[in-house]
Amino acid sequence: MPETPETAGTVTGVGLRRSVTDHLVTVAAAGAVLLVLLPLGAIFVYLVYRGIGALNWDFLTQIPKPPGEAGGGMANAIAGSVYILLIASTIGVPVGIGGGIYLSEYGRNRLGNLIRFTADVLNGVPSIIVGIVAYGLVVLTQGHFSALAGGVALAIMMIPTISRTTEEMLLLVPTQVREAAYGLGVSRWRTTLSITLRTATSGVITGVMLAFARVAGETAPLLFTAFGNQYWNWRADQPTAALPLQIFSYAISPFDEWHRQAWAGALILIVLIVISVSAVRIAASRGMLKGAN
Amino acid sequence: MANSALGAPHLPGPQPVVKSEVAVDGKVQIRPLAEAGDSRIADNVFSLAMLACGLSVLALVVLIVYELISKSNLSWHAFGLKFFFRSEWDPVNDQFGALPFVYGTLVSSILALLIAVPLAIGVAVFITEMSPRWLKGPLAFTTELLAAIPSVIYGLWAIFVLVPLLRQYVQPWLARYLGWTGLFSGPPYGIGMLAAGVILAIMIIPIISSITREVMTAVPQQQKEAVLALGATRWEMIRTGVLRNARAGILGGIILGLGRALGETMAVTMVIGNRPEIARSLFAPGYTMASVIANEFSEATGDLYLSSLIEVGLALFLVTIIVNALAQILVWSVTRGMPARGHA
Repeated sequence: MPETPETAGTVTGVGLRRSVTDHLVTVAAAGAVLLVLLPLGAIFVYLVYRGIGALNWDFLTQIPKPPGEAGGGMANAIAGSVYILLIASTIGVPVGIGGGIYLSEYGRNRLGNLIRFTADVLNGVPSIIVGIVAYGLVVLTQGHFSALAGGVALAIMMIPTISRTTEEMLLLVPTQVREAAYGLGVSRWRTTLSITLRTATSGVITGVMLAFARVAGETAPLLFTAFGNQYWNWRADQPTAALPLQIFSYAISPFDEWHRQAWAGALILIVLIVISVSAVRIAASRGMLKGAN
Repeated sequence: MANSALGAPHLPGPQPVVKSEVAVDGKVQIRPLAEAGDSRIADNVFSLAMLACGLSVLALVVLIVYELISKSNLSWHAFGLKFFFRSEWDPVNDQFGALPFVYGTLVSSILALLIAVPLAIGVAVFITEMSPRWLKGPLAFTTELLAAIPSVIYGLWAIFVLVPLLRQYVQPWLARYLGWTGLFSGPPYGIGMLAAGVILAIMIIPIISSITREVMTAVPQQQKEAVLALGATRWEMIRTGVLRNARAGILGGIILGLGRALGETMAVTMVIGNRPEIARSLFAPGYTMASVIANEFSEATGDLYLSSLIEVGLALFLVTIIVNALAQILVWSVTRGMPARGHA
């Protein structure tokens, strides 16, 4: 850390104003931190306070009751979210990792750069747009809203993220490791899968989990793809409930009982996300890729 | 191409799994590897498969553009470019104009930037240059946690905590002291443009501050020391030595935050009031491009209605693409090709 500003001031003699400015800025920056942490703290306090109050066994095991009636829960929404995320991961994870492999192992050229740039830009496309595309692609073709459409929408969002993190992790594997495998007569594809990818496993998983956590809370792309459902559904071609959708529709409803349940749903959702993000963080800091970040 | 490795006696692999496979009983483990992949065909198939995965990213963008353009065709033919300058939104009479949504999107995003940028840069400066070492990690982690909270939860919190707070305390105060500007007048509903701007600001602070942090760390230590050695105070060092050098990247971060704010859907939809009107007062309800799609898409009856909504989506897509590409170029110019997003 730099020397204290006071000494700088007294030495030059013109320092009072400068030194005061310096202190003011420090106070302002610390104030900014407090001001930013305040809403974060408030959100967590409210989530826990309102969420735990509304959380009970029924909430986790029952499906929603008709509007205005007490009781009922979000069991079908929790299961639906898991279902949709499974579909999304089945499509998004292999393609994303494949894209990452291409970028790191074959993509040191202009096409690679184009894909890299496109992936970063795609990351910033509003999720609602992805919803429109999945709607046109799946819902219109099938003729109705479905879990599959929701899964496709979320998969589209996962692919660019996973590609970029996978690339980053594969690039951390030293070239010598690959060359050693080639030297032993191992073919290129075998080397990539069994040596390079395997060496970077923990980093790749980190990237996948981050992408997963990011889409787990997405609501906008599900609005007109998965659509939501008040009942159980296990068919991929039928409208399906999802936790974020349920939170949304309950939050904007006029019923106090549903507001309570929205908080409980939000608590469950955030706990799931925080657990996966922190687990990833711990795994990454303990894993072999220490220098990764 | 692998010849250079022949001289190396062992694999310098950092992971024990790889090492043991080779070092302990190398032949037994390696032979199947070598034999299984001995064919050139397999190599080609694999590289083509990976190429296909890589190309899927490009294909996705093409697909998005195609879907949006082909499905908004109807509305484009009906209204042309005037679509974006008409303020009528009347599904019953099939009259559609996107001006209120464009206005709402721009105003809420600019409001969010005005609030978020000073705070985000303050946070980044504090974490990188001022905070005690032990506090850096937890602070960085906590601000990143803000980015991991789903939009719908921000919205939930905004409806039940932020909006009442604005209605009871902030809006009366603003109306009393700044009401003369015309920006803060009218009945304080709580819900409206102001609430949308504030919740957006909270949501984009982590993005802007994590990128600012990233580009500030990229400034060489020697340069900071040189400025300090010339007798600068810490703030002078930060201002002349760090911020000035990192400004392209910081601008990139701000633009990336703008891109996020423009496309943000759920939280805004929940608090902005959803009324297609253009009002001067920030207390008045508004509507954004993303929220009109979210609210009306699944209920849109009639082809022209749906097509108009998709045209709004197309415009939103193009704007965010341009904004993001610009931000990406700026951030890349500082961090040299590493992804712009701050990773956990």
